[in-house]
Amino acid sequence: MAKPAELSPESPAMEVRTPPKEAAPSKLAGPATWVDDRIGLAKLMGNIRKVFPDHWSFLLGEIALYSFVILLLTGVFLTIWFKPSMAEVEYAGTYELMRNVPMSEAFASTLAISFDVRGGLLVRQIHHWAAMLFVAAMTVHMLRVFFTGAYRKPRELNWLIGVGLLSIGLVEGFAGYSLPDDLLSGTGLRFVDGLVRSIPLIGTWAEFFVFGGEFPGELVIARLYMVHILLVPGLLLGLISAHMALLVYHKHTHWPAPGRTNHNIQGYPFFPIYVAKAGGFFFIVFGITILMGALIQINPVWLFGPYNPAQVTAGSQPDWYMGFVEGAIRIIPNWETHLLGTTWSWNIFLPGVGLMGLLFTALGAYPFIEAWITGDKSEHHLLDRPRNAPNRTALGVAGMAAYGMFWLAGGNDIIATQFHVSLNAVTYFMRVAVFVVPVLAFIVTKRICLSLQRADRDRVLHGSESNIIVRSPDGGYSESHAPISQGEAYSLTRHPQLEALTPNGEKVGRTRQRLSRWFADGQVPTPTAEEIEAAAHHSSDVAAIEGGDTPAIESSETAETGASH
Amino acid sequence: MNEQKTPPVADPGLEEHEHRFTDVDEAAADRAYRQIVGMLAAVPVLVLAFLFVYFGVPKDAELVLFGANFQMQTTLLGLTGGLATLLIGVAAIAWARSLMSDEEIVGDRHGAPSPPEARERVLADLETGIEASGIRRRKLLGTGMAGALGLIAVPAIVTLADLGPWPTPDLRAETLEKTIWAEGIRLVNDVNYLPLKASELLVGQLVNAVPANLEELHGAEHQSAKAKAAIIIVRMDPNSIKIPDSRKDWQVDGILCYSKICTHVGCPISLWEQQTHHLLCPCHQSTFDLGNSGVVVFGPAARSLPQLPITTDAEGYLVARSDFTVPVGPSYFERDSSKDYKEGDR
Repeated sequence: MAKPAELSPESPAMEVRTPPKEAAPSKLAGPATWVDDRIGLAKLMGNIRKVFPDHWSFLLGEIALYSFVILLLTGVFLTIWFKPSMAEVEYAGTYELMRNVPMSEAFASTLAISFDVRGGLLVRQIHHWAAMLFVAAMTVHMLRVFFTGAYRKPRELNWLIGVGLLSIGLVEGFAGYSLPDDLLSGTGLRFVDGLVRSIPLIGTWAEFFVFGGEFPGELVIARLYMVHILLVPGLLLGLISAHMALLVYHKHTHWPAPGRTNHNIQGYPFFPIYVAKAGGFFFIVFGITILMGALIQINPVWLFGPYNPAQVTAGSQPDWYMGFVEGAIRIIPNWETHLLGTTWSWNIFLPGVGLMGLLFTALGAYPFIEAWITGDKSEHHLLDRPRNAPNRTALGVAGMAAYGMFWLAGGNDIIATQFHVSLNAVTYFMRVAVFVVPVLAFIVTKRICLSLQRADRDRVLHGSESNIIVRSPDGGYSESHAPISQGEAYSLTRHPQLEALTPNGEKVGRTRQRLSRWFADGQVPTPTAEEIEAAAHHSSDVAAIEGGDTPAIESSETAETGASH
Repeated sequence: MNEQKTPPVADPGLEEHEHRFTDVDEAAADRAYRQIVGMLAAVPVLVLAFLFVYFGVPKDAELVLFGANFQMQTTLLGLTGGLATLLIGVAAIAWARSLMSDEEIVGDRHGAPSPPEARERVLADLETGIEASGIRRRKLLGTGMAGALGLIAVPAIVTLADLGPWPTPDLRAETLEKTIWAEGIRLVNDVNYLPLKASELLVGQLVNAVPANLEELHGAEHQSAKAKAAIIIVRMDPNSIKIPDSRKDWQVDGILCYSKICTHVGCPISLWEQQTHHLLCPCHQSTFDLGNSGVVVFGPAARSLPQLPITTDAEGYLVARSDFTVPVGPSYFERDSSKDYKEGDR
């Protein structure tokens, strides 16, 4: 731990090479002093040389942030022409196939943006692609944080903020694609109407309050517009600010490597490296979404036509992030209770409201449940390699598998028509798969994690394969192994061993004890210092006996296999 | 998961810094420099091209690219603007990666909690503040303020009660439980509003229809009415279907009429399997047997499709005998679902 501190004065690190920087303020001094005199800029700026660690997986959250900025920019452009009104007009724009068709002003203005405003269709498509990307990047970022254990103390609150961002991100996306009032978006709203109605006791009231009366009414688009451009973006903006502020306060987690500890952070300074890298990455994300908007068609509402409550297209699908709810709605058995003149629609309420509630509750609660099981109260700034927390990793993959199965079920009709199988068979299969596949995924993932742990252990004890095959005097073949560097050996062995809670002093309940034993169960022990020592001695003995001039050192295991041939 | 006391292998400390090509080879650095400046120089060219496309390319021009048709203006605006944006990003990152100093630096972490003296100071300040506020001696100040703040939310929430009309039993009877169908209203084609003659329908045929009086409604009224009144008319061979006694006079020679609105979440249903008499909802695949009073045979829907009693008028056109006998569309809490047709009803 003292090592990095020793290194920095010796190495030509940034701090040491500051003289040219000292010359710079002379040019900046004038304006900087002017601003600082008024708002104390130097204090506000804090440490612009703040250290951020570098790893590709840390860019996922950045993609989410940048796509949000793109959404704000393109969204402002769209509001200039969009009319959130359900009043009926006769279309008189340039798209000939819709001439004289009665439609809502919302749909007519969407057509106007697409056909009459130069660049309008491009911006519409960028906006929609960025929305898809926003939710996707948040989801993948969340998975990264989950599988590396980055949500552990002290970052639990930031995890909760993230779960909040993801859940209202879904609402924002849904509200957005409901606005154009085309056939597809109207069908989505029809579904929401059914979903809201299904809520026990208050469903009908909620429906009348949301739609201003019966479906579809004439208010819901204007209301969703307010939600989409004011309410939810405001919440998102606030939560994102809090998310970033906490990130800066906690400092970013880093991957374990030699010299990296729980008490330091190694990486590059914010200014100028990350200003250039993160700023540049924003332009890359923006550039790519613009190219997607230019080349890949999305939501061609003019092909769907205006909303008509008596029409629907086969193969109607929501945007991808609503697919899991759609799937659950499709495969649930038709459970409904009729009781004393009331109707309880479990077939809609459970998969719709219930599943979404379950997902976000489970996500929000997980860090606290894991901390309760492990009894871990220490701060963590070093990430876990997923294999070193096999039960967490397996749980995460099981969750992904369940989500994936529900999502797949949302396309049961497409699967049936594309693969020429029975729709009913697909549906029955998915009813079972949503329960069975996660279990299989859990078992397989856990086995893979443990195998990887075993491979790590072997690598530490026996070194890496050298690709050099040695023939012994008695004709046996073996591959010599080269010892790995101390840095690598350290990285492979530094992770703490999971330990079951022992009830010493503090009272530990039976369930908690059992869970904690389960969580720590089965892991491959990291080699101890003695084992590593012994393996190293053995290897050098073997090398000495063989006396070859290769620098490689045989491991005990391969020597034995070689002899047995 | 407690931090291991001593890892089995000692931490060798930070790895030694490795210099990049651009650090050791001046020519490589110059090459990187030229590439970055080249990328930045391409941006004004692309911006000019963007302006040319914006003002020069007509809106209706088409562009064939990879065998697909594109709106030329949209695509070229995106290609020029997108590439310019992308180049700025690539140039900035190339600059950071190859020309900015890449010496890693190490900072300290101090842990999330504030130092104990700061905590104590804040606690002491809080104490002083609470004492100064007088709330300790005059306790009602606290409870009074908390209660008032809590109650002031009530007016704010109550003002939302006008979000929509209240679905009282009377209003439900006028809205959810009623459609614009009534005795004598003609069934008309839902595209051209032409009335349908019983004699013109063939066995196996399906017609999407609406009530004739829908044509008079416009805007939201039209949409809300259509969302409940849309129907499908099918003609089946009377000998191949089951018609319960109570519904003998709801049909005309095997012509039956059902609500088009799914009893699941309200999608309009019209995927018709002529041979099996099944009707499939394209949204969630609920399947109804129209040869058996619309009972559910598959999928998440729980209730039969409501059937509309029909007959013919003096001129032989199909007309409704009444409104639907049960509310159409998705379930809602106050719905009395005991009157819906169930398999085996007579």
